[in-house]
Amino acid sequence: MTAGRPARRLEGLAFVTPFLIVYLVILIYPLLMGFVLSFQRADLFGARTFVGIDNYARLAADPVFHQALGNTFKLTLLIVPALTVITLALALALNRPTRGAAWLRGLFFSSSVLSVTIVTLIWRFVLTPDAGLVAEILQAIGAEPIPFLSDRNLAIPALAVTTIWWSIGLPMMLFLAGLQQIPEDIYEAAALDRAGRWTRFWRITLPSLRRTVILVVMLQTAAQLQLFGQAQLLTAGGPSGASRPVVLFIYEASFVRWELGYAAAAAEILFMLVLLVTLAQYWAARPREGE
Amino acid sequence: MASLELSNVRKAYGATPVLDDVSLTMAAREFVAFLGPSGSGKSTLLRIIAGLETADAGEVRLDGRRIDTLAPGDRGVAMVFQHYALYPHMSVRENMAFGLRNAGVPRQEIAARIDEAARVLEIETQLDKKPGQLSGGQRQRVAIGRAIVKQPRLFLLDEPLSNLDAALRTRTRVELAQLRQRVDAAVIMVTHDQAEAMTLADRIVVMHDRAIQQIGAPMEIYGRPANAFVARFVGSPAMTLAPVSLLADESAFAAVRLGEGARIETRVPRDGLAVGAPLELGVRPENVQVVETSGGVPEAKVELVERLGDRTFVYARLADGLSITAEDAGGSRVRIGDTIGLRIDGAAVHLFTPDGRARHAAAAAA
Repeated sequence: MTAGRPARRLEGLAFVTPFLIVYLVILIYPLLMGFVLSFQRADLFGARTFVGIDNYARLAADPVFHQALGNTFKLTLLIVPALTVITLALALALNRPTRGAAWLRGLFFSSSVLSVTIVTLIWRFVLTPDAGLVAEILQAIGAEPIPFLSDRNLAIPALAVTTIWWSIGLPMMLFLAGLQQIPEDIYEAAALDRAGRWTRFWRITLPSLRRTVILVVMLQTAAQLQLFGQAQLLTAGGPSGASRPVVLFIYEASFVRWELGYAAAAAEILFMLVLLVTLAQYWAARPREGE
Repeated sequence: MASLELSNVRKAYGATPVLDDVSLTMAAREFVAFLGPSGSGKSTLLRIIAGLETADAGEVRLDGRRIDTLAPGDRGVAMVFQHYALYPHMSVRENMAFGLRNAGVPRQEIAARIDEAARVLEIETQLDKKPGQLSGGQRQRVAIGRAIVKQPRLFLLDEPLSNLDAALRTRTRVELAQLRQRVDAAVIMVTHDQAEAMTLADRIVVMHDRAIQQIGAPMEIYGRPANAFVARFVGSPAMTLAPVSLLADESAFAAVRLGEGARIETRVPRDGLAVGAPLELGVRPENVQVVETSGGVPEAKVELVERLGDRTFVYARLADGLSITAEDAGGSRVRIGDTIGLRIDGAAVHLFTPDGRARHAAAAAA
């Protein structure tokens, strides 16, 4: 490809043009539009005026946005570590060639194929204080039902549990794939080196899975920073904003209050957050010397 | 004192037997090679000794202590894996220290053993590198070092040279030979390469078809193979096997006739061989000489000539279609398509009875 004549290079360009057009139109253009929009006052009917950094200044002073940011961080911190540990444990337990393990792998993965609507319906049945599954159990042992979705201290944990249940499949599969990559003879060498179960896990398995762990943590962090559907459908961000994540804030700003510029500015801030997480992953997962 | 003793070891994977009743006794500090084609059960036997597989029946003892009931790490054996199996995320030093640390060896002792092994193996400058930064030969040394620092009673080497290129293999072979002089332990090496087995081992255990075919010193295996399999498997190029018939005769030694008609006076005692019974004659290339076509010697047409410099191997076909390998001088002028005479040294041939068992020439005095 180094010494192609101009005609050859045009030919090559022709091959990638269809993709480039689609990529530019549905990805790059909206990205730029969003960026421009965040400096404008705009509504859904097309009226737009340039307001400089006004939107960002308002966000910086908006307690509702601060609360949404805080909620998002709380959710991410509750979900990501727990999800990583649970899915790693599941992968370790199910990484065996038995029929039962294959069946259970399928079962644990199945929740991920459900849409968010179904997931929230299921968890509403579980969590609702009148005749929900948990409430029934609590009543059976003589305790009061707990209003998970309308208590300001319980709404975020309830969302976190729902999200973990929904998201188990993919990280588990990533860990299983990672485990399959570890050569068997290393474990045999470890057996001859008198490594017990724990030593084997901490000194062999976990270091071998380093990149998978980083990948899972970063993918999940990026995903949970954008948590939306569960919050909208289970709690609608309530009670009084106690479980409103940033994306729900953006949604309400743009489609309830029609403040497109303001919403776009919030979206740009979220975008920067996700971008930082992604860059952190590239940095953390860079190949170390000798690996 | 005996070092390793295997008694009646059996193993099957489901309905497929892989080892039938294997027994073996090794002397202290002995170097034994398990030699055989793939699927012969030699690796399985090594893994049973290491504890990576369990035998279905039989016992394994090391220095008098029964070890087949112990965990791999408690057996006093160290293994060098075919693909080295180094821990990729640990430095060379950590790789060697790992087993010792797990065994509770004091820190200073660990450092001393690693330094000593690194010095012997000339990997002192690599100690802080990761396996991924090392060449194949260096990884091999680290794998050997990891075994040495454990000061085991028995080393198990699984195809230790198979991943090295030809030049490095020869060098490492010499180093392995020197190394075993230094360690106070017995060594078992699994290999399918007869040159490795012949050059390194005190005794060779030839395995085939789930069982030991022969145990013996290298020259004994080569000179007096127990059966047709060992005769064909050991030696390169392989021994020629030819169907022959026993001739009625008054002599104490068997005289046989080749399919194409030539008569060969062997030095194999006749007793117990039935006249007319189908026999196979085995003769190594160095005992078949290329001669002029005159004077009643079998004639053959040359199909392939391999010139090795110091000698030449001639692959030829007798009139009855039998392939035979002969050896000629380094400067041989034989060419493909030539018709040559062959002189088979009757004193050096072996006879194989229909069950595959070998009859050898009587010792020179007889």
